[in-house]
Amino acid sequence: MHVIINGKPEDISLGTTIQKLIEAKKLDPSRVVAELNRKIVPGDQFQETKLQEDDRLELLQFVGGG
Amino acid sequence: MREIPEDLFEIRGKRLGSRLFLGTGKYGDDALIPDVCAASGAEVITVALRRVDPDAHTGNVMDHIPRTMRLLPNTSGARTANEAVRIARLARAMGCGDWIKIEVIADNNYLLPDGYATVRATETLAAEGFVVLPYVNADLYVARDLVSAGAAAVMPLGAPIGTNRGLQTREMIRILIEEIDLPIIVDAGLGLPSHACEAMEMGADAVLVNTAIATANDPVTMARAFGEAVRAGRLGFLAGPGAQRMRADASSPLTGFLGGDGA
Repeated sequence: MHVIINGKPEDISLGTTIQKLIEAKKLDPSRVVAELNRKIVPGDQFQETKLQEDDRLELLQFVGGG
Repeated sequence: MREIPEDLFEIRGKRLGSRLFLGTGKYGDDALIPDVCAASGAEVITVALRRVDPDAHTGNVMDHIPRTMRLLPNTSGARTANEAVRIARLARAMGCGDWIKIEVIADNNYLLPDGYATVRATETLAAEGFVVLPYVNADLYVARDLVSAGAAAVMPLGAPIGTNRGLQTREMIRILIEEIDLPIIVDAGLGLPSHACEAMEMGADAVLVNTAIATANDPVTMARAFGEAVRAGRLGFLAGPGAQRMRADASSPLTGFLGGDGA
């Protein structure tokens, strides 16, 4: 299944949840914020939110800044 | 020692014990951040929001920010009001409170903030319950619009971001301090403790310092220096400086001199 994650095309298996994706990238889900097709997905919905074909997902985290 | 009357500093009812805000960018080693926080006495610290990069094996800055610090995420990277609003909502979804430092910057050379867009973003976010601290040029009309838009403070720049050039906008900041009934937090360009001290002596409510501390040879000692400079400057302001004059005015009595030769 084709999706765009942080602007890059990726192929992921059908039914992959946001939680699984974050874990596969070895990131801490409590420190990631997700936006799926321009809508914020609260952290407590990562487990149940499955990606669909052509979804656009943004995964962000806090970094150093001033 | 005479006690100074209680010197309250509040942003939207949140009482703060320090008038120095820190940034978290540009540290050679983020592991210095806890010591920088402790040495400076600061209680508020900024972070930025960016796409995760699983290939970059740099640690997470959040590992180094003491839990006692209040987080002030910024909207850096936003080039329009809508982008700033989008970033602010995402930052709040991280669950670290509703304070937001708005930065809308579409100028690459001087990183100067777009005041009009900043006012629009402030209006939207203040209505959504954010505590909005907008980063702007030291401009009276923009500052007045920010008051109307519901900002919790105004953060005028001293000099362009990262330049360490000090309080270049001092005359305009002086006007904001006088005319704007919100906390004035001087942000950007302060390169030395003396710059921060000067801002505080003028009556600024607080300052935000990132580059000057993060890029010092010894960031922890520089953090302490800024902390002390901010306190000294604040005390100087509260004490009420004496008047300036052009001609000398003797500090020692002009009577009772010892007689000169032959007297």
